Amino acid sequence: MTAPAAKLTKKDFESDQDVRWCPGCGDYSILANMQRLMPELGIPREDVVFVSGIGCSSRFPYYMNTYGFHTIHGRAPSFATGIKTSRPELSVWVVTGDGDGLSIGGNHLLHTIRRNLDLQILLFNNRVYGLTKGQYSPTSRLDMVTPSTPTGSIDYPLDPIRFALGSGATFAARSIDNDARHLQQVLRRAYEHPGTAFVEILQNCPVYNDDEWIEVEDRKTKLEAALPIVDGEPLVFGPKGARRGIRIENGVPAVISLADDADAVAEGVAVHNERHESPAYAFALASLARPDFPIPVGVFRAVERPTYEGLLQEQVEVAIRQRGRGALHSLLTSGDTWTVEA
Amino acid sequence: MAARKPVEEVDQVAIRFAGDSGDGMQLTGTKFTEATALVGNDLSTLPDFPAEIRAPAGTLAGVSAFQIHFASRDIRTPADHPDVLFAMNPAALRANVDDVRRGGMLIVNSDAFTPRNLKQAGYDDDPLPALQERFQVVEIQLSTLTRKAVESVGLRSREAERSKNFFALGLVCWLYNRPTEPTERWIESRFKKNETLREGNLRALQAGHAYGETTELFPVSFFVPRAKLEPGVYRNITGNQALAWGMIAASELMERPVFLGAYPITPASSVLHEVSRYRHFGVKTFQAEDEIAAVASAIGASYAGMLGATATSGPGFVLKQEALGLAVMVELPLVVLNVQRAGPSTGMPTKTEQADLLVTLYGRSSESPMPVLAPSTPGDCFYTMLEAFHLAVKYMTPVAVLSDGYLANAAEPWRIPDVETLSRHPIRFRTDAKGFAPYARDAETLARPWAIPGTPGLEHRIGGLESEELTGNVSYDPRNHDRMVRQRAEKVARIANDLPPVEVNGPDGGKLVVVGWGGTRGAIEAAVDEARRDGTSVSSIHLRYLNPLPADLRAALERFEHVLVPELNLGQLSRLLRAEYLLPVESLTKVEGQPFRVEEIRGRIEAIAAGGGSE
Repeated sequence: MTAPAAKLTKKDFESDQDVRWCPGCGDYSILANMQRLMPELGIPREDVVFVSGIGCSSRFPYYMNTYGFHTIHGRAPSFATGIKTSRPELSVWVVTGDGDGLSIGGNHLLHTIRRNLDLQILLFNNRVYGLTKGQYSPTSRLDMVTPSTPTGSIDYPLDPIRFALGSGATFAARSIDNDARHLQQVLRRAYEHPGTAFVEILQNCPVYNDDEWIEVEDRKTKLEAALPIVDGEPLVFGPKGARRGIRIENGVPAVISLADDADAVAEGVAVHNERHESPAYAFALASLARPDFPIPVGVFRAVERPTYEGLLQEQVEVAIRQRGRGALHSLLTSGDTWTVEA
Repeated sequence: MAARKPVEEVDQVAIRFAGDSGDGMQLTGTKFTEATALVGNDLSTLPDFPAEIRAPAGTLAGVSAFQIHFASRDIRTPADHPDVLFAMNPAALRANVDDVRRGGMLIVNSDAFTPRNLKQAGYDDDPLPALQERFQVVEIQLSTLTRKAVESVGLRSREAERSKNFFALGLVCWLYNRPTEPTERWIESRFKKNETLREGNLRALQAGHAYGETTELFPVSFFVPRAKLEPGVYRNITGNQALAWGMIAASELMERPVFLGAYPITPASSVLHEVSRYRHFGVKTFQAEDEIAAVASAIGASYAGMLGATATSGPGFVLKQEALGLAVMVELPLVVLNVQRAGPSTGMPTKTEQADLLVTLYGRSSESPMPVLAPSTPGDCFYTMLEAFHLAVKYMTPVAVLSDGYLANAAEPWRIPDVETLSRHPIRFRTDAKGFAPYARDAETLARPWAIPGTPGLEHRIGGLESEELTGNVSYDPRNHDRMVRQRAEKVARIANDLPPVEVNGPDGGKLVVVGWGGTRGAIEAAVDEARRDGTSVSSIHLRYLNPLPADLRAALERFEHVLVPELNLGQLSRLLRAEYLLPVESLTKVEGQPFRVEEIRGRIEAIAAGGGSE
């Protein structure tokens, strides 16, 4: 245990390296918010590990003055699995992107989420490959024209939250790069969740896919385009005079109009509940997308289940309790042996 | 007891059990091996089975065999030609009979020699009459006798039929005077919860033994006296078991837990199984979703301060190469085990080969040097694993261990080391923040410090991008890259300073030296020793270190007129030696998925000795 030190500040979490993202990149804001949040969480700096794969987002660890490991394309969750399984006391954060996490690394993301290691996995979704100069990603819209799809993409896009829920996520949330308050709130919730916390962060790439999320980033359109989801609150959105709500019937969501003074719940608007045992509700919510629906932001699901590293540690402890701490000599001489006399 | 039949003493025997993959031949062979070990013979085994779990019954493709060679003297191989073949059906006979020593014994289950089975094995007529000219053929109604023996136990006819391997085992135990008690104990515990099967198998075993004593088919039984092995406590061990135990021993001697990340693959899986049994040593095993996740998790574990390891075979090894390149780049300790099998691609998963040497040395992108060690016997697997971990930590580098499918499953008596005599290398992490730089190098080994998360004041970042000297910061400086590439190479090269002098089996100069690596040691040394006994000038050198090569190897080789390198590939070590030393190395290659026979190597030795040489 480390002695209680003087409270750290944002500066303590900034490394001495020049940040090399493009001007206007959404990653700057995410980095700043993370550096701001870290002292609030009160974890000793030495107990924090950032792990990343390859891509723009994966440069993140270089800029955090914590332990950091920039690994290979798509495999960050697997490195993180080894770290967390070995040292459950560490706070391990995975930073990935839509290409790194869902294309080359889709398999590892799936299995890491289903094992429910106590990790925070932050997927920066800018719906494009940045570092390789603008090709479409697994989350890019159909028809997107890129250097590798000059006549438009014919890949149906994948939704990260639905992917996470389908993989058995115990925690899945979405936030927005430029919404400091919301982002810090969601990151804090992710940190506090005892299990894999998957967070999709809608992030702008000003060079290759500018304004992809402008509707939810821009204060003026946000009320229309974003659906804040808050545990125990009805699913309502829209400005005064154009209030609307989400009703879910037979698992199918629909938008209904609400008078400004109407009681949303009485009108049949669904009340958000993060703790449904079944992921069906969260999945229905995650299927809401532009232009027919607002984009839900907040925590979709937060349920508790034992963690992988906790269960493994328990197996080790039970084995030691039942068989005694292993001794090499007993192992080597176990079973049938015979002696050859001199 | 009635008067016993006479017992004839012999100094060595090789027996091969062969049957369908569902006949339990591997179990029969293993149990016979255990009994033989307890008698105190030296022994060597060769399990040889198909990749299919249950190939169609009675077909050649489904034949599974287990050979054991045991003797009252030191032996090195499972023997070129078995003296006895126990064939459970015509396919097993057909697939194996050509290997049997002329004049040897064929024991066959005559119940299985039905027209249908004969046809399935590709025989037009019953082959046994013709074989009687070359072999001593003993026909036994194995199925009938077994069914009769277990009749009263209440087994269904199919279950009764399946006990016949125990009848066979009982009979062979009688024939070679091996105790049946170890097998009886095993049956008792294995079938603890199923009384009928337990009783059935026990009775089959005992009936087989009694049959040997009463039948007129065997006028005598044989005995191979205890071998004069070095004094000590012995056990039987297979290569994979020794590798697994080596991992656990490394953890104990280095005082850090092992983390083994692996994905199941033949013939490496049993290493994962074995290590997983010992959670009370604090080891953590992780069955990953694929080979890449397996190695990545192990590197992550090393980064966090565990002894990271991963175990695989060829196709899995190539999948790990990118992550291994990262381990080279970030200079973290890691042991990567490749239990080689016949390839390329899926190849022949259960058959042995040594063809991954070059891909291990050169299979990663760019300049990515990695130390490579190869065990040479099942027992040596233990020590090789210990050494791999020690080098990995001392030099902060991934280390490859190249075993093979033969060593993996082969068993031999192993003198159990005194734990107190094994060198301990407790791990000391860097904790001092003063003057810390992630890539500051040790003056002697060039290793960088191992600073693990959780250590205050040592927060730093590492990654696959080129690192600046000392600081580890991302650097694209051309001179820095050149220096770092050379430092990584030099670091691995300096391991040569730690290696023991080359050992020569035989005179250290002369006409011919046979150089080998890995699991071919037994066959090479048996051939060399035989040839020398017969007056041929020949020595041998067996390499455990393939990278770096021992510093004195060139001089050792230059003391001989000819260098012959037998390998189970198309000449990978010979290519390496030619490139390193510009020596006219001669190559003897074989890629049949089977180990070398002693006679194959011996033949080439004699050809060179007689003045011949290259093929």
